[in-house]
Amino acid sequence: MQRHLISAADLTRDDAVLILDTAEEMARVADRPIKKLPTLRGRTVVNLFFEDSTRTRISFEAAEKRLSADVINFSAKGSSVSKGESLKDTAQTLEAMGVDAVVIRHSASGAPYRLATSGWIDAVVINAGDGTHQHPTQALLDAFTLRRRLIGRDAGLGQDLSGKRVTIVGDVLHSRVARSNVDLLHTLGAEVTLVAPPTLLPVGVESWPCEVSYDLDAALPKCDAVMMLRVQRERMNAAFFPTEREYSRRYGLDADRMARLPEHALVMHPGPMVRGMEITAEVADSGRCTAVEQVANGVSIRMAVLYLLLGGMEPAVTHSRSEEK
Amino acid sequence: MDTHAEADTSAARPVLEGPDIQRVLTRIAHEIVERAKGADDVVLLGIPTRGVHLARRLAAKLEQITERPVPAGSLDITMYRDDLRLQPPRALARTEIPGDGIDGRLVVLVDDVLFSGRTIRAALDALNDIGRPRAVQLAVLVDRGHRELPIRADYVGKNLPTSLRETVKVQLAEEDGRDSVLLGAKPAAQGGRLH
Repeated sequence: MQRHLISAADLTRDDAVLILDTAEEMARVADRPIKKLPTLRGRTVVNLFFEDSTRTRISFEAAEKRLSADVINFSAKGSSVSKGESLKDTAQTLEAMGVDAVVIRHSASGAPYRLATSGWIDAVVINAGDGTHQHPTQALLDAFTLRRRLIGRDAGLGQDLSGKRVTIVGDVLHSRVARSNVDLLHTLGAEVTLVAPPTLLPVGVESWPCEVSYDLDAALPKCDAVMMLRVQRERMNAAFFPTEREYSRRYGLDADRMARLPEHALVMHPGPMVRGMEITAEVADSGRCTAVEQVANGVSIRMAVLYLLLGGMEPAVTHSRSEEK
Repeated sequence: MDTHAEADTSAARPVLEGPDIQRVLTRIAHEIVERAKGADDVVLLGIPTRGVHLARRLAAKLEQITERPVPAGSLDITMYRDDLRLQPPRALARTEIPGDGIDGRLVVLVDDVLFSGRTIRAALDALNDIGRPRAVQLAVLVDRGHRELPIRADYVGKNLPTSLRETVKVQLAEEDGRDSVLLGAKPAAQGGRLH
């Protein structure tokens, strides 16, 4: 039985819809005078962040606190990791303290998988982004935002994203958000098109369940949502495009390009945005850009994931991977 | 409370049929008006799934009697249950608090079957996080006894003395296509407790 959330690819359609439906009820807690539920009282969750993050860490912390879990924040800076402690020793320290769940962000792809499968700890492991691999809760909150905006809050309950067309634009090579979204949106029945310069597409992208294009202008008029990705300078060790200006001209979203989108289409961005690079300030501040809404939805999605993995005797979410075993 | 497992309805004996349930709800509605001296600050909150339908039916009857709209909503208690850790997480149901809220009002909780009282304890906790009612009362269609907490109902449709080996299943037209209360025998092999 898989009891962790490591990859968006592990989720079945029914699991994903259950998480989205649960998040819809969780979102209603935010409208109440007392934004707290007693569900995870007495459970300890560690936020183990080896890599910088504002949005994801604060979002998980808010979700954990709204469910009354005890929260321990750990960041690699100022911890024994900077003295050379290994992931294994850190994990065993946490295990000795009796934690029930570990939310892990790590620059190495596969670190959460290692933590979950190595036998170092008994806790539930939730991947909050590992290297260029996966960021499943981001994909879930993107799917949640899409379903709310394109189908409706109540009308969307129990529904997937069948037939919706989503275009993901930018630095796919370094993006765990793109990988997670391709997996999850495909599971939910949406059609995904990746648009990027050839240098920013990973090897093997042709085997992913999506279309690939180099031409943003051709893809825009026929999509229900366009998701802009940040160019991840910190992960780049070579020249992937000639100049920022050229990248921005060919793959950036400005007001002219936004006007070519269908009337109902959303502009999404997982953040942090680099204004002037992949998105202009005008687009980022327009009513069609859901970046801020995505952050709010992130808390609801993370509450749902924490509740479903940690709220009962055993997780409610079954994984396709466990069926293969 | 929504633990209506697949009890074999064919072997179950109906104790209330459609018209009985209608009469019982009419009586409860009159009792609420009588005790609340007019029911002008009453808010009905049903506990999902069948309590919500009963709350809506009661609200309609109260409107007929008082000729004023009576707000009805739903209160999901899943996240407040005391047995959450004993079983896999359940899917959540909707909590819908009517527009004016519950502060200073008379909240009548509505459920189909009153059994251990644990659902109502969870509901009282859930209410606590939503507001501060003037008073809270409880209306149930069936009270089958076997309380495990000091909780009692203010309005009871039918007192139904049962043994723990029996099951009580409420069917409502909105959910099950027909109105009835069925008394059956618990399947021997099943550990899951019903009402």
